Amino acid sequence: MSGLTEVAKQKIRDLLPCYPSKQAVTLPALHIAQEEARCVTREAVREIADILELSPAQIHDTLSFYGFFKDEKHPLGDNRIWVCRSLACMLRGGDELLAEVCERLHVSPGQTTADGKATIELAECLGACDGAPCILVNDKLRLRMTAEAVVSLAEGRA
Amino acid sequence: MNFEPVLLRRWGKPNSQSLETYRADGGYTALQKALAMEPPRVIEAVQKSGLRGRGGAGFSTGLKWTFLPKDVQGPIYLCINGDESEPGTFNNRVLLEEDPHQVLEGIVISGYATKSTTAYLYLRYEYGDCYRACEKAIQEMYANNLLGKNILGSGYSLDIYLHRGACAYICGEETGLIESLEGKRAWPRIKPPFPAIEGAFRRPTVVNNIETMACVTQILDRGPEWFQSLGIPSEHPKDPGSYGPKLYCISGHVNKPGLVELPLGITARELIDQHAGGVWKGRTAKAVVPGGISMGFLSADELDTKLDFVGPGKAGCLGLGTAAVIVIDDQTSMVDVLYNTCRFFAHESCGQCTPCREGTAWSAKILARIRAGQGTLKDLDTLTDISNSIGIMPGTTICGLADGAAWPIKNALKKFRPEFEEYITSGRRSQSFEVAGSH
Repeated sequence: MSGLTEVAKQKIRDLLPCYPSKQAVTLPALHIAQEEARCVTREAVREIADILELSPAQIHDTLSFYGFFKDEKHPLGDNRIWVCRSLACMLRGGDELLAEVCERLHVSPGQTTADGKATIELAECLGACDGAPCILVNDKLRLRMTAEAVVSLAEGRA
Repeated sequence: MNFEPVLLRRWGKPNSQSLETYRADGGYTALQKALAMEPPRVIEAVQKSGLRGRGGAGFSTGLKWTFLPKDVQGPIYLCINGDESEPGTFNNRVLLEEDPHQVLEGIVISGYATKSTTAYLYLRYEYGDCYRACEKAIQEMYANNLLGKNILGSGYSLDIYLHRGACAYICGEETGLIESLEGKRAWPRIKPPFPAIEGAFRRPTVVNNIETMACVTQILDRGPEWFQSLGIPSEHPKDPGSYGPKLYCISGHVNKPGLVELPLGITARELIDQHAGGVWKGRTAKAVVPGGISMGFLSADELDTKLDFVGPGKAGCLGLGTAAVIVIDDQTSMVDVLYNTCRFFAHESCGQCTPCREGTAWSAKILARIRAGQGTLKDLDTLTDISNSIGIMPGTTICGLADGAAWPIKNALKKFRPEFEEYITSGRRSQSFEVAGSH
C-alpha cells in the first residue's frame, strides 16, 4: 500500500500555520489521508508523523481512538453510509432500517458490499432527529429514510 | 403565547447563509456596537443578560469569561463547541446550516470581549453542510474585514479556523474537545485547572457552544434587557434564572418533529401539544426525555414540568441539558428504550475511567440479557448500583459522561420499575431486534 500523494502532503503542510502545535494537525491530516485513499495506510501514518515531527505511534494512538478511520486491510467503499440507531431514530424504525439494509446488501455493519460501492456503518445520533430515521452519506445527512432509498444510494442508483 | 423567533428569524429565507442577505437583515451591527465598547463592558452586558451556556451545563457565559486571568501575555484561545452529539439534539446544526453569520458574528464579539487571539470552531464531522456553509461564510468575512487583521478598523484581530471531528461523542466534553483539537485521543482532563486558566495548548481558553454564540449576537444587538425580558426569573438565591429564548428540539413519537424557538420555561406538555402536533397515532406519551438522553426521563405525570434550568431537576432529571425533547409513546417498551441509552453510552465512553468504561458496558450487557428473556430481578438492583456509582457526582470519573449514562437508568428504574419487573417475571423477550456489527 502506498503513502500520501504530494498533493495530500502539501495540504497537510498548509495547515501548520493554523495551529500553535504541529500535533494539532493530526486529525485534519488523517481526514486528508482517508479522503484520498479510502483508508489510512501505515505508510501514510509514517508520512504524517514525519511532517508533524511526531512518532508514528502518536499518530496511530489518535487514529485508533476514533472508530472513524480505517486501516489498509479495511478500505472504505466508494460511499460510506451511516445508519443512525440512537433513540430518536430507534423510535421511528432506525433498527429495522439498518437490519433491512444489511440484509438486502448482504453485509453486516462495518462491512463493504461485494461490488465495493458502499460501506454500511451503524451510527450513534447523527443530529438529524427531526428527520428520523436518518442516515449520513459520506458527510451529507439524509432525512426520513426508507430501506429502498438507502439501498438505492448504496447501489449508486440514486 | 405569541413569540416571534429571534435566533431562527432567518430560517428558510432565500440565500439565508450569505453575507449579503445577513447584512440586509441588519447583520454585523451587533459587532459594530461591541467594537465601540471596551471589552469588559461587553462582558458586563453578557453577564447582565443572564445568558447561561446552551451546551448542556448551563453555566453563566459572562461569568465564565471573567475567569480568564487578567493581563495575559500571549495567546488566549476561543474554542467553539460544535460537536453537538447528545441524542435528540440538532439545534446547532440548523443554526449553522441556515444562518452561519449569526453564529460567526457572536464568535467575533466573544473573541473581542475575551481578548482571544484565535478561535477554533470544532465541528462534528457529520455536519458536512454546516462545514461548507461556515467555510464560505468565513471567506466572506475575511473579504469584508470582518475577520483577520484590524477588524472594521477597531485594532482587534481574530482568525477563525474550522476543525472537523471524527465521530466521537466525548469530543463535546470541553476538555475532551481540547485534547482532540490538540491532535490527541479525546480523553477529558481532570479539573482544575479549568480551561480558563490552562486550556488549549496549555493557554487560557474559553469554550462556548454554538447557540450561545448566536445569543451573544442578539444580546449585543437588542440589549441585555431584551434578553432578561424573556424566560423565567431566578426562583431562589442560588438559581441564576432561566433567561432568553431557547431552541427546543422535538423528536420521537410526535406528529411534527422539529425545532422551535421559545422563551425558556415552556412545559413539556405545551411543547408536545402546541408545537409538535401532539403524540402520534392518537397515543399518549409514556415518557419524555427533557434535554438529551443524559438527562433521564419525565414520566407521563410530569409533563407539566417547565423546561427551564430548574424544572427538570425538580422532577428528578439531571437538568435541562440541551433542551432536546424526545417523546416516547405508550406502546413502547421502556426496557428497549433503556437498552438503547445504555448501549449508546457504552459505545461512547472514552475508556479512560474504569467505572465508566465498565459500568456503561455492563449496564448495556445486563439490559441485553433482560431483553433476551434471561433477566432476573436482581439485575435491577445491579443496574441501580451501577447508576449510583459512576460519574462526577459519586466522584469516580473525570467527566460527566458517566453521570449522563447513570441518569436514564436511575429515572427508568425509579419511575417505571413495575414495567421492568413485569418484563422479567413474565419471561418476555424484546419484539425489536438488533443487527450485530462493529464500529
